[in-house]
Amino acid sequence: MRRYFARKFLFYAVTFVVAVSIDWLIPRLAPGDPVRSMVSRMSLQPGDAENMMGYFMGAFGLDQPAPQQYLNFWVALLHGDLGISVWLFPQPVTQVIMGALPYTLALLIPSVLLAFWAGNKFGAYAARRKWLDGAVLPVGYILTATPYMWLAILLAWLLGTVFQVFPIAAGYGFNLAPAPTLQFAGSLVWHWFLPFLSLFLVGFGGWAIGMRNLIIYELDADYSRYLGSLGAPGKLVRKYAYRNALLPQLTGLALSLGVIVAGALVTEVVFSYPGLGWYSYQAIVNQDYFLLQGIFLFVIIGVLVANFIIDIAYVIVDPRVRLGMEAS
Amino acid sequence: MTLRVDDLKVYYTTLAGDVRALDGVTFEIADGEIMGLAGESGCGKTTLGNSLIRLDGRMRHVGGSVELDGQVLPIGDSEAMDRHRFHDISVVPQYAMSALNPTRKIGRMSRELIESRGIRYASVKDVYEMRLGLVGLRESVLDLYPMELSGGMKQRVVMVLSTLLDPSLLIADEITSALDVSTQKAVAESLVGLRDHAFVKSMLVITHDLSILHEVADTILIMYAGHLAEKAPADVIIDRPRHPYTKLLISSLPEVGVRFEDKRLAGIPGRPPSLLDPPAGCRFRARCPLADEQCLEQPPFVDVGEGHQLACWKVS
Amino acid sequence: MHAPAVPEVSLPRRRIGRVREFLYFARRDRKIFVSLLIISSLAVVALVGPFLRDYGPNEYVGPGMQAPSSEYWFGTTTFGQDVFVQFVHGLGATFFVGIVGGGLAAVIGMTVGFVAGYRGGLIDEVLNMLTNVVLVIPTLMVLIVVVAYVNARGLLVEAIFIGFTAWPWAARAIRAQTMSLRSRDFVDLARLTGVGTRRIISGEIAPNMSSYLMLTFILLFGNAVLIAATLDFIGLGPTEGISLGLMMNNAVLWSALQLGMWWWFIPPGLGIVLIVGSLYVMNVGLDQIFNPRLRKL
Repeated sequence: MRRYFARKFLFYAVTFVVAVSIDWLIPRLAPGDPVRSMVSRMSLQPGDAENMMGYFMGAFGLDQPAPQQYLNFWVALLHGDLGISVWLFPQPVTQVIMGALPYTLALLIPSVLLAFWAGNKFGAYAARRKWLDGAVLPVGYILTATPYMWLAILLAWLLGTVFQVFPIAAGYGFNLAPAPTLQFAGSLVWHWFLPFLSLFLVGFGGWAIGMRNLIIYELDADYSRYLGSLGAPGKLVRKYAYRNALLPQLTGLALSLGVIVAGALVTEVVFSYPGLGWYSYQAIVNQDYFLLQGIFLFVIIGVLVANFIIDIAYVIVDPRVRLGMEAS
Repeated sequence: MTLRVDDLKVYYTTLAGDVRALDGVTFEIADGEIMGLAGESGCGKTTLGNSLIRLDGRMRHVGGSVELDGQVLPIGDSEAMDRHRFHDISVVPQYAMSALNPTRKIGRMSRELIESRGIRYASVKDVYEMRLGLVGLRESVLDLYPMELSGGMKQRVVMVLSTLLDPSLLIADEITSALDVSTQKAVAESLVGLRDHAFVKSMLVITHDLSILHEVADTILIMYAGHLAEKAPADVIIDRPRHPYTKLLISSLPEVGVRFEDKRLAGIPGRPPSLLDPPAGCRFRARCPLADEQCLEQPPFVDVGEGHQLACWKVS
Repeated sequence: MHAPAVPEVSLPRRRIGRVREFLYFARRDRKIFVSLLIISSLAVVALVGPFLRDYGPNEYVGPGMQAPSSEYWFGTTTFGQDVFVQFVHGLGATFFVGIVGGGLAAVIGMTVGFVAGYRGGLIDEVLNMLTNVVLVIPTLMVLIVVVAYVNARGLLVEAIFIGFTAWPWAARAIRAQTMSLRSRDFVDLARLTGVGTRRIISGEIAPNMSSYLMLTFILLFGNAVLIAATLDFIGLGPTEGISLGLMMNNAVLWSALQLGMWWWFIPPGLGIVLIVGSLYVMNVGLDQIFNPRLRKL
């Protein structure tokens, strides 16, 4: 068992190193001089431009030999120093990220968990009822085929502009300042709802379809047939089938984390919702590469950690994996 | 009389039409009798076994009736059959080795199954453990997951579990096919033990392996292409078969330790007919050395002696 | 593995050839028929559409913010660009990225999957590690960072980027299938007669998986379309021309939501949903044909 986790940890560590290295490498691989183009886009006075160049050269450490730069990068990273934001100068990147993180987590965690739970339950239910299945299947496929941002746009337009039920921009009312008041909390939730709903719906469709297919497969498995031959009620067979079908769905959850994060990113952009996604977008538009790289690393760490957690959960939930390890 | 099957017809629905897998089968199994059912692949024996307990997927009950202990078995109605399954009629399936839920401990799964049938697990637990002991399994096996057991062990668990409620009829479908020879013998002995201990009243043992039936069965039923060919006490079938198909079947078996210098091991030339569009009359006609125009008419399955029945114009 | 429920019977006299059987189900299956219809219609629109007007998608041709009319079928953007022309050009871009990006991902995925599945051993371990690394890293983030630095971007470059990052799940699936086929008799036979690895993969294994490979490509196609739309939406798509994702990006950027200019953002999204949705549904239908057990009679 320990060997298994050690192996997994090693894998994630390797992946992390690869990701960080890619992150470090890319600006240096890009054609042209990123620093110069960055500075020229800032349209500064010549004197200021030179100073800015100097600062950036120092900040990027471009005046040092490459291996040294790489090392510096790692050192800074391990100190939690992700640099200074250009766009929101002089805020440190870490500070910007910490400010945006709660919004993104508030969006991601409930929508992922709820979509997973509800989608699976619904998919299993639909597999049993022929009439529901006929209606659910196409809707489910349409939902999974819907790009996240388009659903967000539709919801924003329908419920925001047309029916004017929900707001479609920002994290809270423009006239409010963050305060521990009920009014502020209410405004937060009100602004949170549409982006949450958007993420939830796309995820829901995917899980429902996946579970429906898996349940059909499990109901045809040998153990299901055996139980049926011994007259076991449908409820018991379905209970076993559901539990067994959840296992590959869990694996699927781990694999789709990257996609889900991307979806959250674009959804935030549509709603100007001040989470990591929206800040990434602003970083791109404003050419704030420090911020972009910082968010990128942060997201990568988050995804790797989440994957690791799901790996642990999977071992707990599937006895075959545990036994397989003990056997070897 | 435990089982009475009368002109049973079960077909498979396929794209190309109905496959007449079981086309009018009539026989009886007496109390305490172990009946073997043998034949080539595709003769309909597994269909017969399945149809008695659970119609799968494409199978349809087209005609005929089945009576168990004097009661009609509603084999076409799955919900109505539930009452009888496990209690009156049970099965050790062909896929016994994968019949246990891989993610549940065996004891827990057994408990949930039994309770779901309206029986308190506590009342059968001791019997369960005792019978597991009888087939050579320790009660600690209930704390294990299926993947921790060998194939033979899983099969034995299924044998015990399936017969836990002392059914009148047990259907054992190819339960020795995937085992090595020594395990086959052990399983065959356990099977007979089930009847001898009166855990099971009667048995239908389905296999293509006649040697097992020789060990285990009281009576043997030979099927061919959806029809019954011959039925007789086991030693009669093995030593003095009369139906041409049975004779060819027996003679195509090699004998251990015997070598002939001048004879070759003969199979039966040809292949079974298509059950999608079966030929008229006796279905063995095309491969039978004795066939002639009389065989264009279907021979009835008739009595020819004590407990001996067969369907052949030439021999009855 | 348990024995099939249907008994082995000799071949029916009325022989139904494999192709005819396929066509029979294809015609009967509404899913495949409808989805093929939708995709081919959209493809025709993409091919023919640009010729319906003699100006380009980004040219300013009329009054801005017009609702759909007989002259401007999909209305105009804030700046007076013809939304319909943008749409048909965008469709073309979408198909291109889907086929090229999906195709590239398919090729990489097949190569990795076949080799890993067939060879096993150390090669398998290494390829597995590679696959898992690419799989776990949220590739969109990588693409964002990469594309942000590379200034001149064309449609082909985008397709190549996508192709190089979307292959892992296909590689895994193909590897699993290859491993199960590897132990089959006909492969052993080929190996015994001295046939080389590449010939075995292309001559014995791949043909037996042809339906599976086709299904995989269809899914990769749809996936590539979605990824491209997302990239375009955050402004990291091709720097020239137009695409469906870019249309949506512009729409949101120029307050089409608040202004209620639904004709600007609904068509591009709808186009993507139709293409990807049809692909997914077609995938299911084809799967039912190729896998007889899933068939409903």
